[in-house]
Amino acid sequence: MSTPSDPASQPDIEVLSFRLDDQEYCLDIAHVREIRGWTRATPLPHAPPHLKGVINMRGTVLPVIDLGLRLGGPPVEPDEHKVIVVVSLGKLTAGLLVDAVSDILTAAPDQIQPAPEYGIDPSDSCLKALLMIEGKLIRILDLGAVLPPAAGAAA
Amino acid sequence: MTHDPMIELRATFFAECEELIEGLHDALQRLQDGCTDPETVNTVFRAVHSIKGNAGAFGLQELVDFAHGFESAMEEVRAGRVPITPESVRLFISAADRLQDLVALAQTGAPLAVAPDLVGGEPASGLPSPEDEIDFTPTPLALDLAEDDTRAHPPIWLIRFAPAEGLYRSGNESLWILRALSALGPTTTRCILPDDLPPPSPDNAETPLLEWEVRLQGDVTREDIAQVFDFVADVCRLDVTQTDAPLAWQPGPNVAAEADTSPPTPPTSHPGDVSPTVRVDLDRIDRLMNQVGELVINQAMLAQSIAEAGLSQHASITSGLDSFMMLTRDIQESVMMIRAQPVKLLFQRMARIAREASANSGKQIRFRTEGDATEIDKTVLERLSDPLTHMVRNAVSHGIEPAAQRLAAGKPAEGSITLSASHRAGRVLIEIADDGAGIDRNKVRAAAIQRGLIAPDAQLCDAEIDNLLFSPGFSTAAQLSSLSGRGVGMDVVRSALSLLGGRIAIASSPGAGTRFSISLPLTLAVLDGMVVSAGGQTLVVPLSAIIETAMLLPERVHQLGSGRAVMMIRQDCVPLFDLGEKLGFHPRRETGAAGIVILIAQEDGRRAALIVDRIMEQRQVVIKGLSEIHGRIPGVAAATILGDGQIALILDPADLVGPAVPPLPLLKAAG
Repeated sequence: MSTPSDPASQPDIEVLSFRLDDQEYCLDIAHVREIRGWTRATPLPHAPPHLKGVINMRGTVLPVIDLGLRLGGPPVEPDEHKVIVVVSLGKLTAGLLVDAVSDILTAAPDQIQPAPEYGIDPSDSCLKALLMIEGKLIRILDLGAVLPPAAGAAA
Repeated sequence: MTHDPMIELRATFFAECEELIEGLHDALQRLQDGCTDPETVNTVFRAVHSIKGNAGAFGLQELVDFAHGFESAMEEVRAGRVPITPESVRLFISAADRLQDLVALAQTGAPLAVAPDLVGGEPASGLPSPEDEIDFTPTPLALDLAEDDTRAHPPIWLIRFAPAEGLYRSGNESLWILRALSALGPTTTRCILPDDLPPPSPDNAETPLLEWEVRLQGDVTREDIAQVFDFVADVCRLDVTQTDAPLAWQPGPNVAAEADTSPPTPPTSHPGDVSPTVRVDLDRIDRLMNQVGELVINQAMLAQSIAEAGLSQHASITSGLDSFMMLTRDIQESVMMIRAQPVKLLFQRMARIAREASANSGKQIRFRTEGDATEIDKTVLERLSDPLTHMVRNAVSHGIEPAAQRLAAGKPAEGSITLSASHRAGRVLIEIADDGAGIDRNKVRAAAIQRGLIAPDAQLCDAEIDNLLFSPGFSTAAQLSSLSGRGVGMDVVRSALSLLGGRIAIASSPGAGTRFSISLPLTLAVLDGMVVSAGGQTLVVPLSAIIETAMLLPERVHQLGSGRAVMMIRQDCVPLFDLGEKLGFHPRRETGAAGIVILIAQEDGRRAALIVDRIMEQRQVVIKGLSEIHGRIPGVAAATILGDGQIALILDPADLVGPAVPPLPLLKAAG
């Protein structure tokens, strides 16, 4: 048994990468339930703007979050080319509206570095780390930070 | 094979305990009501005995010890040595509560407390004190055999033990029983092989084929021997006889002994007239319920597609769809019936809360329940427990006056609280009524003024004052007592009930008592609703909230100041809300225009009118919970899926227009 601080001993992780505006994001594939096309969402009264509404996912009421707005960027204009990434974290399940899904990547621990802190950018707190892969910089999303603040905002 | 049979056995044991304790409480209630026939006493005895026997199988020694003491005390009653008095019944009820606690503790796996401190437990004269009960000398129990205890010289017992079908499956083992017998004294054991012993195979591995004959010499009673077989009494044949034959085995005629001595009555036998039941994991029923929900949605989709395809004129398709709809509804009702449970267990728990509260407060209270057999959906039942607990405690601590005060008012010293349940118009009505002093409206008013809830010169009618009890943070108690209080008020009760789609109303008359009425939907799974359109969205309004629908005629609308309006409905001024605006779907618009209104009623009888664009249909909808991600949305109770697959929100009209909700602020985005 090696210590968790030893990066070389950490297993590789698989991530799903996707595009928001012109930025590349990814999240641990273990949290991804499915990927589906955009369908019209039923809006929720008095919900924060990033909460697009709820959609019917095979009988379950699924809230959909505009990830662009949630991260403080421009909204994702919903059309049939846009994609909802269904994620789950503990008991919470939600759809993240993104521009496009790019790839499934395998990330070795030595390709991951901590996200720098600026302290003012609202998207900061939602970043877990940065991934340098094939010369590209991909932001690793902190799903725990993306989901609960929405609950606080609407409560 | 990943499942552990021991875990399943334990689960069965605790489920059985639940049933036994339920029966125990029932019987004790009958005793308390003055029904003292031997069968009732026997029922108490049998329940305790069964729990003891089963607990022993799982090594729950404290539980066994306590149950043994309880059982011994009941044996004294059964033998007529201890009379049934109100005091002794009270003690037995406390003991039953304690037994229930021990079972609950055992279920959590926590170590059991050894000292059985009984609630309100001054033992009646002639009864063993709780501590004595533990050390009570065992007396002959369930085995209806002659008592022939010859202590002068150790008697020799001939025990013939024939395991029956089910003994091995229930986790028992003949070897352990034989070892337990040899612990009582020197034994010789003989195995009796049947003539037609089949070769061992996996098919008969669980079928007991052997019988055992044990000779035991020792200064033991028949009871001691019977106790060894306590846990297997219903899965074996057992003969215990005393013999003069020497201990050493002498070959004798290999005849079955049941001819001369009747087989013992299994002490764990249940009454035979119970309808057969199946224990099913709740998850499975939930899954079935969900699937039926899908079926209902699918059927609506099909109906819509048929209408859209212009096939509605087709007689065979229409009649086929009609019978499909009826069948779906039948299936749905059947599944809901599986989930429905009588309120009895919940009411028993409340009876206990009332007992403990009255013991703590020193008030004499008679707690009665009515309509125990009324059935409610299990989920509703479970979530009803907390609000009811609070209300029962409230009735004891605030509702019922102290005895002296009651006597002075010409009432009996013993206060009375009645908890009742009944079905009414597709809903369940639960009422808690006390015969206390009623709500002291002056005190409530003063407290509300002090807390700034109402203006000092506010003119309030009696009902309005009573409803102040539901205001957040309101409490008339000068200090929080350990009984009610606990930092929660009636506002918490009300919001807990409103989460269940329930409403609570209060009625009180000075000197005569207070009555809380809770109205609940039968299930949390489906709801009859009116599908409407407002602000471009499709919404569902629960039918139970709707009194009537009407045309919005400009001449009936009167503006009140800026943007507020009332509508005249048969001489009544009813506040008018534009639903689309209220939900933030569109900005304020002129309410003078013609349209349709839905008149809704709140739990306190106040009414409101909601403007909608269109009424689409009236139908049953499947209730889908909303995600926790966005938290509670004011005015929205849940969601449902319509025939076109789109989600529609189910409104909570009382929450939408209720006085407790301040004007809905537009919430800001996070971050």
